Amino acid sequence: MEAFSILVQQASGFTADEQKSIEAASTAGFAYGLAAIGPALGIGYLVGKSVEAMARQPEAAGMVRTTMFLGIAFTEALALIGFVVFILLKFA
Amino acid sequence: MFALEFPPINALLRWQDFFPTFNKIALIAVLSALIVIIFYALANRANPMLAPTGVRNVAESSVEFIEDGIIMQTMGESGLKWTPYLLSLFLFIFLCNIPGVIPVLQMPATARIAIPLGLSLFVWVTYIGVGLKHQGAGYFGHLLWPPGVPTALKPLVGLIEFVSTILVTPFSLTVRLFANLLAGHILLVTFGLLTEALLFARTSQLFLVPMSVLPFIMLVFLTAFEVLVAVLQAYIFTILAAVYIQNSMASHDEH
Repeated sequence: MEAFSILVQQASGFTADEQKSIEAASTAGFAYGLAAIGPALGIGYLVGKSVEAMARQPEAAGMVRTTMFLGIAFTEALALIGFVVFILLKFA
Repeated sequence: MFALEFPPINALLRWQDFFPTFNKIALIAVLSALIVIIFYALANRANPMLAPTGVRNVAESSVEFIEDGIIMQTMGESGLKWTPYLLSLFLFIFLCNIPGVIPVLQMPATARIAIPLGLSLFVWVTYIGVGLKHQGAGYFGHLLWPPGVPTALKPLVGLIEFVSTILVTPFSLTVRLFANLLAGHILLVTFGLLTEALLFARTSQLFLVPMSVLPFIMLVFLTAFEVLVAVLQAYIFTILAAVYIQNSMASHDEH
């Protein structure tokens, strides 16, 4: 890996720091995009099912809504960790 | 064409110190605590025998919201004694979040990790304390050696349970609040900068200038969205705190 990055460095003419920030910036987008896929599917499925449940049993809507928010909070955490990684890669 | 200059992250999040160790983030946090205290002190002065009006009306409906919307849904009747704790958590987080969309302030205090981290450590200490109070030292025993699980699986489940309760819970509480507000803040900054850059673009292509309406519409929409996020994240943090406290009280009654 070391030799490879030295080769890339010499070919592109960037210094090590520039090369590092370029790599970080170009991977940051991928990091967030990949982190968002799973939670997106999860939240979609979760809210869809909750709406189904609320439509079937409107009197249980309050309880379903609370549980839905809890589920969203847990699912969303993964996407948010991905976002933090994005920030770390992009700005650090 | 034109370059959109995105400022470094420190310029977005680090504000001028008024004097050492006291910057605007600390100001917002202190203000939100003071506002809550003064608000409830005012509400307390009203005559409880009369029908509530004004400040007391709002205060009573906020207490009702915490009792009906959060405690009755998660902890049940026995959790009602937690109302003051959860109410102050909710209001403090909400008042720290909302400056993100208030002009002049324009910065959610929870977008710096210090306040979410402090709050979730506070909740962490609380629910471990509640567990120790209700179950004694057996609390950690129940975590490590969960009852009602097949013996062959107990080491595995116990390990997972222990790590998730002791380490992952405060971490995810912190990151959820922090990253939501930081993401919102950066989104608002991005669209604000885009609007400005298009509006004041020194370019020969003049048709670009009226285009600044488009990011501005998005900015207005996102501001409304951020108000929603501010309420929702305070609600989610509070409800999760209630669930964690309930969990460390409840596992005693199961056997």
